[in-house]
Order: sequence, then structure tokens, then C-alpha cells
Amino acid sequence: MSTRHLAATDLAVVAAGGAVGALLRLAVDTAAPDTLFPWPTLAINVVGAFVLGVLPALAVVRRSRRVAAALGPGVLGGFTTVSAWAGQVRGLADTGHVGLAGAVLALTLAAGLAAAALGRHLAHRAEPPGAVE
Amino acid sequence: MTALLVALGAAVGAPLRYAIGQLLDGRFPAGMLLVNTLGSGLFGVLAALSLGDAGWALLGTGFCGGFTSFSTFAVQAVERPARAATAYVVATAVLSVGACAVGWSLAGLVG
Repeated sequence: MSTRHLAATDLAVVAAGGAVGALLRLAVDTAAPDTLFPWPTLAINVVGAFVLGVLPALAVVRRSRRVAAALGPGVLGGFTTVSAWAGQVRGLADTGHVGLAGAVLALTLAAGLAAAALGRHLAHRAEPPGAVE
Repeated sequence: MTALLVALGAAVGAPLRYAIGQLLDGRFPAGMLLVNTLGSGLFGVLAALSLGDAGWALLGTGFCGGFTSFSTFAVQAVERPARAATAYVVATAVLSVGACAVGWSLAGLVG
């Protein structure tokens, strides 16, 4: 773990990808109608978890560490968010919508984890035998 | 303007997350757990401070949003053996929401 080193170029592509992902998140939030149930963040996190899971199915992602970093921890890391999710759960509970807060918490976990597992499953099937991780 | 500030905040938060993950994530993703807890705590503080639109775009939507990551958390969880995955999922949910609530309350006391 501590033997891994951090390359400046990796940090730079993650920064650029993170900015792009955050802008996509902003676009979804801005386009979505204002509702009590925070659907946009739920959708962002579920879609992002699926895409991150399935990402290794792309040959270019398997070949290039830099492309993998730009798209994975970069774009998808910046697109999805735990802080907004936690903030919504806290806010709903604080304003008396305790049931809704629990639903946002549980639904995000259930759907997000299922989406990530499905993505991973599809990626493993897509990889040619003997492909390196 | 809002878009620029969001991009700027995320351009700082995302590589910081990546660095912490690379340094601390191992068999148990302690680095990402720390990132998501700290980011959610800061998000709670910022929400209580009623920042202006620009400050919120830069720090809340941009930095905290880019720093924390649900997709990384979810994929890490499904890649772990059942017991570690369960501990990781429960710890992330409890600590992130808990830190956000603590941050909100503390900032509310001060502000």
C-alpha cells in the first residue's frame, strides 16, 4: 500500500476528470425538477456505480492506467457523491421526514450496490480469458 | 460562473480523494471511508453556514461532491468478501450521515 507511489500525471488526470464529472452532476441537478425526494442524486449515484463497475470492459481502460484514472476516480468519482447523499438524509430527518430519510439511505445503498455488482459482473464476462486486471 | 466554481472545487477534491485512497486503501478501504466521512462532515458544516451561491458551488457542490465518491465506495464494497463488505457499507452509511449531522450541529452552535 505505502509502496504505491502517486504520479503527478495521475493526479492531474483525476483532477480534470473530477471537474468534468462534477459538471455533469451539476447539469443533472439543474435539469431535474425540485422534489422532496432527492431523485437526481439517487440516479447519479446508481448510474455512476454501474458505469464504474462496468468500466474495465472497455479495452482502452484495461490498457491505459491514465485513461482508467481519468474516467474512474476522475469522471465517475466526481459525478457521484456521498456528501450530498448524507446531507439529504440528514436534512430530511431534521425536517420531520424520518421515513423518507430512511428510504433515501436504504434505497441508495441497495440500488447503488446492486448496480455496481451488475457492472462488475458484466465487465468480468466481457474480459477476454487471460486478460490482466 | 457557478459551473466554473463547481469544476474548480472538484478539481481539488477529486485528486485529494485519489491520493488518500492510494495511500490508505488496502484490504479494508480505510482511505475512502475517511474521505467520505470527512467530506460529509464538512458538507454538514457548510450547509449550516448558509454560504452564498458562489461559496456553496465551490465548496459544497464542487469540493465536497468531488472529494467524496459513491461509485468508488459501491465498487469497493462489491469487490470485498462478504464480511468486510458489510462492515464497510455499514461504517460508510453510519459515519457519513453521522458526521454530516455532527458538522451541521457544531456549525449551528457557532454560527
